[in-house]
Amino acid sequence: MIIEIISMNGYGAYVWSAFAFTLTSFTTLYFVIKLQLSKEQKRFAKKFGSLSIEKAKAAKQQTINNEILSNISNI
Amino acid sequence: MFRYFEPNKIFAITSKAPKYVLFLFIVVLTIGLIEALILSPEDYKQSDSVRIMYVHVPAAWISLGIFSSLTLLSIGSFIFKNKNFALIAKSLAPSGFVFNIVALVTGSIWGKPTWGTWWAWDARITSMLVLALFYGMYLLAWRIYEDKEEVVKITSIIAIIGVVNVPVIKYSVDWWNTLHQPASINIITTNTAIHSSMLIPLGLMTAAFALFSLLIFLMKYNTELIKLKNKGLDRL
Repeated sequence: MIIEIISMNGYGAYVWSAFAFTLTSFTTLYFVIKLQLSKEQKRFAKKFGSLSIEKAKAAKQQTINNEILSNISNI
Repeated sequence: MFRYFEPNKIFAITSKAPKYVLFLFIVVLTIGLIEALILSPEDYKQSDSVRIMYVHVPAAWISLGIFSSLTLLSIGSFIFKNKNFALIAKSLAPSGFVFNIVALVTGSIWGKPTWGTWWAWDARITSMLVLALFYGMYLLAWRIYEDKEEVVKITSIIAIIGVVNVPVIKYSVDWWNTLHQPASINIITTNTAIHSSMLIPLGLMTAAFALFSLLIFLMKYNTELIKLKNKGLDRL
């Protein structure tokens, strides 16, 4: 049965390469976007850390900034 | 109404949703792959090569759907001067482009055993290639003009010109003699020429691909929002 699934009646090379290309493309895109996201999160954390106390206070008034910070601490 | 969809309000959801969407995607994809590669029957004419349909067709559908949505959002950002629409459109583009490439490559692989050639300048294939070029231009324009005021205008124009190609792709099989067969599924009338044993894996793979595009969209949208907030910190 396994040989049948692999050979796919002689079309195995076509079928498996089509599925492999699709899944490889998905994996690559996922990790590229994940890398971009974590890069921006790190940049945000670095910038936030370098703010003066007053500026940090002002930035923390925006809920989205707090959300970003809490997500970074969860990584 | 748009106030409820402001980035500040929805970030709490978009930042937490990816892990759940990823889990759901893996589950649906696993079931879809088992159905597509093992359980579904071979075609009486195309034999097992028909299984390529389960990646080729959903990828083509979703790349077309994403480009149409991207254009609507671009028009919306123009009319309502809503920058969030442009941000959503920008976040949708990468997955749309990858689905377009997947549709072209898997179509080419399917073409060899079915038509005896990897590539033909057939109306459907050529119009899909044109769509990939528009996706490429759209993504490139965001990259080149990212920090300039006119980026929304330029990308919107590319999307609006590009969307003219979408009905051409859809109806190319009816308007011209092509190697592609006419549509087997009509979404409006829900008429289908495909047997349920093949329709189920096709539906599952389409659902999995839609979940993947949602996952990539959410991650990219969060990236773009954080990028904006980084610029906001600079201005403090």
